[in-house]
Amino acid sequence: MNIASDIAPTNNLTAMTSVVRSRNAIELQQASVVFGSGEMAVTALAPTDLKLPDGDFLALVGPSGCGKSTILRLVSSLIKPSSGVVLVGGREASAKQLRIGMAFQNPTMLPWLTIEQNVMMPLKIVQPFKARFRAEKNGEFRDRVHDLLGQVGLKDFAGHFPWQLSGGMLQRSNLCRALVHEPDLLLLDEPFGALDQFTREELWQTLQELYLDRKPTVLLVTHDLREAGYLANRICVMSARPGRIISDEVVNIPQPRDIGMIYSTEFVEMTQSLREMIAQVRK
Amino acid sequence: MAQAMTEKNRIRIMSFSLIFGFFLVWEVLCILLNVSDLVLPRPTEILVTLWTKFPVLWPHILQTLYSTLVGFALGVVIGVTLGVIVGTSKVAYAVAYPLLVGFSSIPKVAVVPIFVLWFGSGTTPAILTAMVICVFPIVVNIATGLAATEPDLEDVLKTLGASKSEILWNVGLPRTMPYFFAALKVAITLSFVGSVLSETVASNRGIGNVMMTASSNFQVSLVFAGLIILALLGIALYAVFSMLERRVTGWATRGNDISLT
Repeated sequence: MNIASDIAPTNNLTAMTSVVRSRNAIELQQASVVFGSGEMAVTALAPTDLKLPDGDFLALVGPSGCGKSTILRLVSSLIKPSSGVVLVGGREASAKQLRIGMAFQNPTMLPWLTIEQNVMMPLKIVQPFKARFRAEKNGEFRDRVHDLLGQVGLKDFAGHFPWQLSGGMLQRSNLCRALVHEPDLLLLDEPFGALDQFTREELWQTLQELYLDRKPTVLLVTHDLREAGYLANRICVMSARPGRIISDEVVNIPQPRDIGMIYSTEFVEMTQSLREMIAQVRK
Repeated sequence: MAQAMTEKNRIRIMSFSLIFGFFLVWEVLCILLNVSDLVLPRPTEILVTLWTKFPVLWPHILQTLYSTLVGFALGVVIGVTLGVIVGTSKVAYAVAYPLLVGFSSIPKVAVVPIFVLWFGSGTTPAILTAMVICVFPIVVNIATGLAATEPDLEDVLKTLGASKSEILWNVGLPRTMPYFFAALKVAITLSFVGSVLSETVASNRGIGNVMMTASSNFQVSLVFAGLIILALLGIALYAVFSMLERRVTGWATRGNDISLT
């Protein structure tokens, strides 16, 4: 993608983009995950096929313990599939073809670093930022971190340590850390769970702006159907354990979406039908 | 905040009065029971000896301090290296642990004659004894700290594609710092034990040797002066590491001065 934008002359840009766009950022081919073996074996994810084109925003919804987080962990290559293939950016997930930003369900901030240092961590590890880290950590990079923290209302907490922040504040820093290195692929595991309604809606809008601005590929795991409907282009519903994808639908509402939209009849009907589907599979 | 300060000061005052009281009771008992200064000299006598003999004692103090610190430094380097190797690999941890426990249960007095046999008497066996005696607490603590690092914390870096050494530097080692400093405080006092032990057996320099010679000449108050010097050195170095610990691992105690005492 970077190469395309570097060399493409303007008249060719659309053609180049469409070629790049046709690639799948994520592709699961009959990927399954089984923990343990023998009688103790637990199937976390039944063989699953999933394709996520570059720049798409997919929300995964489904009952607790259905393997949503397992898919995220597969894509980020924290675990390997027991069978099948997981391709990220056209290569095996472990090849780290794409720049990945991940927000974990538990905001695991490193306790010995300040919030600023925590959010800056990806810049220390991921190229091309890594090469400039020493030079820029007190300059451009710090400004970037402060900008992000400002966007989620944590400007004054940059110098604080994680234990001095509330759960909701930690989740917001967690989101910043996932975004700071401008990832091509954003993996979000219930990133807004511990937030109040208003903060959550504010962050939805922030995330939508960031998405429309840079168009990374996003895979969002959530329990909140309105969140899924408001943010995503596509919603996949998963069945109860062992998880399978039982429905895959496109959200036909143009972006950017207004937050008031979530109270419209069209939107309520859509979330209603998703809700019924999940209620069915929970039984 | 002000209250916390007075609380701290009160503890300090109590701590000092305990030490002072200890010596006072010692002094008074010696006088009351008419104890001979060949058996147990009074603290005031020891103080006088310490003062008058100080110019003679000074080179020996430096000698002991030198072999202790060099041995300690070597022990830290070796201990951290071994600890990282053992702690980062589950297999190495399981394989090497029995051997480590075996080594650490050997009484270190027993190795002094071996070192003397190999290197002759003098500074070398003192340094080596100080080293071997402090290596094991460090190895065990570093290894345990690394093995106990929460997988969640490592996952943060793994998703970013961090290499093994990046994970070690950014997660494993910082996470291990509280364990490391706990080990350092034990190790520095053990190093003193090691070097003095070796000096008593096989050296013509150092506080250990001074005490040995003094005791065979019945200069009992000089022996006790040596003890006092060792105690003071031990306290000083312990305090240095406590201070470092508070600066480096304040996050683990959430800014409370639990490690103060």
